[in-house]
Amino acid sequence: MKYFTRMKIRRVYEWSGRARSFNRRLKTHDYDSFAISVEGLSKIIINTGQHILIEGYDEDNPYVAKVTRLYGDENGQQMKAVVQWFMRVSELPVNKLKLLGREPHPQEIFYYECRNCDNEVNVESILRPVKVKHLDSNDPFPDSSDKDTLYVKLSWDSKVFGVVNSTVMESPAEPAPASSPPSCLKPSLPISPSCSQSAATPRGPSRRVLPTPDHAIMQKASLGEVGCSSVGTPANVEAESLHSATKLSASKCLSAKRRNATARTPGVRKRLELSSPDKSVTGEEVLSQLLNEELESKVTLTRRLPPSAAHPLPVTHSLTPLRKAHRPTGARCGVPSSVFLNKLSDSDSPLSPAKDDSTRATTVSQKKELKTIKEPVLSVLAEVENEKSPMVTETPRSSKRKSAMVVSSRIKKQLNLLENDQDLNSSGEEEDEFVPSKNDLLSSSEEEGQDEDGPNIDDQVSAKKFRYVATGSGNSRSKRKSYSSARTQRRTPAKKISPGTPKTPRHATPSIPIRSLQTQQPANILEEARARLHVSSVPESLPCREQEFQDIYSFVESKIIDNTGGCMYISGVPGTGKTATVHEVIRCLQHAADMDEIPSFHFIEINGMKMTDPHQAYVQILQKLTGQKATPDHAAVLLEKRFSNLAPRKETIVMLVDELDLLWTRKQNVMYNLFDWPTRRHARLVVLTIANTMDLPERIMINRVASRLGLTRMSFQPYSFKQLQEIIMSRLNKLKAFEEDALQLVSRKVAALSGDARRCLDICRRATEICEHSAADPSSTGLVGMSHVMEALNEMFSSAYITAIRCASTQEQLFLRAAIAEFRRLGLEEATFQQVFVQHQALCRIEGLRPIGVSEGLAVCQRLGACRLLLLEPSHLGVLQHIRLNVSQDDIFYALKAD
Amino acid sequence: MKKSLQENHRENQNVPVSYHCVCRHLLELLRRTAIHGESNSVLIVGPRGAGKTMLLQCVLRDLQKEEKVQKNLLQVHLSGLLQTDDRTALKEITRQLHLENVVGDKVFGSFAENLAFLLEALKKGNRSSSCPVLFVLDEFDLFAHHKNQTLLYNLFDVSQSAQAPIAVVGVTCRLDVLELLEKRVKSRFSHRQIHLLSSLNFTQYLERVWTQLSLPDSFPDKKFAQEWNAGVKTLCEDKSVEEVLQRHFNSSKDFRSLHMLLMLCLSRVSVAKPTIKPADLLEASRMCFADATANMLHGLSILELCLVIAIKHLNDVYEGEPFNLQMVHNEFKKFLHRKSNSMYNFEQPVVMKAFEHLQQLELIRPVDGSSAKVQREYQLMRLTLDHSQIMDALQKYPQCPTDVKQWAMSAFG
Repeated sequence: MKYFTRMKIRRVYEWSGRARSFNRRLKTHDYDSFAISVEGLSKIIINTGQHILIEGYDEDNPYVAKVTRLYGDENGQQMKAVVQWFMRVSELPVNKLKLLGREPHPQEIFYYECRNCDNEVNVESILRPVKVKHLDSNDPFPDSSDKDTLYVKLSWDSKVFGVVNSTVMESPAEPAPASSPPSCLKPSLPISPSCSQSAATPRGPSRRVLPTPDHAIMQKASLGEVGCSSVGTPANVEAESLHSATKLSASKCLSAKRRNATARTPGVRKRLELSSPDKSVTGEEVLSQLLNEELESKVTLTRRLPPSAAHPLPVTHSLTPLRKAHRPTGARCGVPSSVFLNKLSDSDSPLSPAKDDSTRATTVSQKKELKTIKEPVLSVLAEVENEKSPMVTETPRSSKRKSAMVVSSRIKKQLNLLENDQDLNSSGEEEDEFVPSKNDLLSSSEEEGQDEDGPNIDDQVSAKKFRYVATGSGNSRSKRKSYSSARTQRRTPAKKISPGTPKTPRHATPSIPIRSLQTQQPANILEEARARLHVSSVPESLPCREQEFQDIYSFVESKIIDNTGGCMYISGVPGTGKTATVHEVIRCLQHAADMDEIPSFHFIEINGMKMTDPHQAYVQILQKLTGQKATPDHAAVLLEKRFSNLAPRKETIVMLVDELDLLWTRKQNVMYNLFDWPTRRHARLVVLTIANTMDLPERIMINRVASRLGLTRMSFQPYSFKQLQEIIMSRLNKLKAFEEDALQLVSRKVAALSGDARRCLDICRRATEICEHSAADPSSTGLVGMSHVMEALNEMFSSAYITAIRCASTQEQLFLRAAIAEFRRLGLEEATFQQVFVQHQALCRIEGLRPIGVSEGLAVCQRLGACRLLLLEPSHLGVLQHIRLNVSQDDIFYALKAD
Repeated sequence: MKKSLQENHRENQNVPVSYHCVCRHLLELLRRTAIHGESNSVLIVGPRGAGKTMLLQCVLRDLQKEEKVQKNLLQVHLSGLLQTDDRTALKEITRQLHLENVVGDKVFGSFAENLAFLLEALKKGNRSSSCPVLFVLDEFDLFAHHKNQTLLYNLFDVSQSAQAPIAVVGVTCRLDVLELLEKRVKSRFSHRQIHLLSSLNFTQYLERVWTQLSLPDSFPDKKFAQEWNAGVKTLCEDKSVEEVLQRHFNSSKDFRSLHMLLMLCLSRVSVAKPTIKPADLLEASRMCFADATANMLHGLSILELCLVIAIKHLNDVYEGEPFNLQMVHNEFKKFLHRKSNSMYNFEQPVVMKAFEHLQQLELIRPVDGSSAKVQREYQLMRLTLDHSQIMDALQKYPQCPTDVKQWAMSAFG
């Protein structure tokens, strides 16, 4: 904070001492040092070899560098310095941070080895010296009490980290001025890590602000190396985690909360409850559940009060029984828990050395929801973690560190207990035992979430969605009790729950009934291949769209980071992966946001085809943003207000508008608004639009709309055959189900026709079916071969006209011939029925058939018309209706000749 | 006995041998949706009367027999003729999925809400947990004419994404149905088409007649059944009957028209006459082939008939150019002058009335685009009859005056 005031101070720079040497060719004088004199303060002398801070874009994070040479021109007008740059953690590309393999220290800097960077700076941009210490790469960071020192451990050459040899780093360590800038990673965050300990206290009951060590320690505990001695450098870990906790800005908290809220729509909860593998709840368990829930409600009630030091007692009071409640149950599940934790640590920790526990837990559990119930116990544990974390936050902040330690050690013990018990207990009943408590935890965490949402009134989503909670949670415990008991009733053995429970008929989200039988898993290779080839199966990555992916990613990312808005237009024929790529980008960005690499954002998606009227777009956007329902006009007004005013909301909104051309209206105001909002100053809206035609802006948009759309365009080319082949291969993922040639044939054929990946996958799927049918044939290899693919291709691409003509009745065939004869006679491609009928009669006589009547002839004609072999006028015209052929004459001749 | 035979008609709707392959294909496809939760879309294309719906019903019947499938498949049947726009279609889907209870008493709001509601419902599900839904879209081509093809897009989109598993079965007789679909809709369709084209020959056709007519073994009166079946056999071997059937076969291979013919025969069977005679079949065939418009001419008055003949002559002279009342009347007057017979001397209003009657019967119709402002006498008309029809009708017209007949026959007006 001081730093800002200092910025305003005028600095005077001058050389100190005489020029050391003079370069004749360049006419420059080299100096040893210069002085910065600031009004009211003493001169600061900076020598070569000293570390300095250099002014940059980011006022809170000035660049760090070391002066290697100082020189000026002859008349002393220009003062230049050659420097060796250092990179701060925040300057590193976020995706490269993973390479570090550990959590970067906030005051860590990296020796920048890249040579292509301009290392000459104006001396005027130098702010002041800074203390930089070189540490050996294995040494721990010193205690963070010395906040104005930066540490160098590794070097960075824009690709990999390397070890810095200490000779490079030798420097005269001079005492730095009173305060160095706080190295805060987020410029938008006013709270620096140095003051976080005190600053954290007034920040409401958010459980996000939570030290991570319990995770780190739990992880270790699960690995079996428990014990205080093996924990390593606890202080260090804690310091880091503390920092990471503060990294979560207030907006992040909000967003996480919001995410929580969206995750808790009734449907999800229903699924959650459904997904518990065992529904049989004995009376005793119900009782204990009720008890627990009551206790929890107490917890939550106390939690709702401001977490000042005046309320430590109820917290601890309610803490213990809860712990008791799930300790015995938790003690049973030794194996899964360790599995889970290992998994957690394997998958997440290298990527996110520091991340707060509860977000991780929720994301994991969200993933679990998607995966349904394969590992129920695991998600339970996630909830355990989730459950424990808020308790910690309840303790007064002053003793935070201590309490965190206490809790973590307690967890450690508990987990240790589990480890020991795992040999003794068979894993047979553990799930049964555990389920009620899982439900408990689930419900409790839900309630917590709701409570958190309750006071947060401006968060309209939650306020509206959980109105009944918000009103009820404040005062009445009995209401809550009845609510929970209602839920226990719902948790009856009946698996099928009718879509609408009477609870909230207003906001009931409908769903298709749950199937009564489990889906079968694919049994053989072909079925497996078919499942993977289905268009719906989401691939891990999208091959052959790397460039487009990168472009869109960087576009959206830059907009999110810069907090600006923008539009992008994406075009391409159907089936070229436009929507899939955008979704992939969003998924990656979400991940990055979860990892805290970029600010979080809100993603909404509308589809022009999925609305009945272009103006419904407003309604859908509003509903997805706020959950409000409104008429199109009203929604437009609300959105207009929302995007033009400076809202308290902090997130960027990324909006995907699929099938843009459907939003066309005569006055084009829907499109106009969509593209106009991002240009507003406070909108922070990124609009990605998708349509099929490349020239859509020119064709259907009026100028003011097209101009607002801007020129950021991208077109997706149809896939080439190589790309299609790669797509199939990546989908099959080394599953040997296709012959090489067969794949090539499919992809070449599709690439020649449309380049539509969907088509390609469909053909492959059909080919596996054909292969399966012919599997009885002993000669078949079990692989999908050329013949199968050919058959599938024929089935899909061959037109049925010729077979249809061949299968038509004699009179129908005659009529077609008569039509052609008449067309030849007239020299036109059109004739009335009457004219054709005359020809038909003649042909009948030639063929030796009895001529048919007019009515019958009309019937024949109508039948052909129904198949669209002929194109007819409306039938009420009778004999006067005009007839045209819908097939080429050659086709007809070919079909009829072959008989 | 008749009842039994009628039932025979209905029950005999087994899949013909030629369809067994496609039948198995479709069965497999739907079974996979039901059991594996794999979303699919398929079109059944074939000319009218080829047995598309019958095939689908057979498959569904077989599918329902399987226990695994029985409780596992929801069905939604829509018809393009009933659900003429997406709004009604969506309502119908909601009703058939029993989702209305979700909204309770609340009357369904706007179309937009309805769509959002349904999409939400489908999106909620996922492949392994929600119950597969089978959408049968009869007269699929008509759905393609709905605005923006919203319904089709969404159905296909669901079937191509990881949402609730659905199978979309479209039934249509248009061979070019894919060309009706928009590009993006088309891309989402799996392009599975089952073409039902019957390539049966005449002997199979005859066999079909025989099986249709013969009584089943389960018939209570065994003796009668034997006699009847023997009768049917001789009937089928009759030369004239075969000729009639051949003619029908030539006209269309559609079994529906065959059933129509056979039903007409059957309706002539009574207790007194317990067999079908070839004559019955001939009579029935005559009825089937009867020309409706030509029959209408029989009911015309002499004056109207004369006008029709006059029109025919005009058409001969002017090679099908349109005509008006004055021209017809002049032509008619010429005929009267030649005959110098006052028998047909009618006033202008009477002639006009007759002319209007012809127009009401749609034997003549005004030329398109002729405005209503034109006086009725001068409104241009066209004849919607073929000359052969007129001549046929004249032959059969009861008590047709010879001079009129001759006039009609004569080449010049």
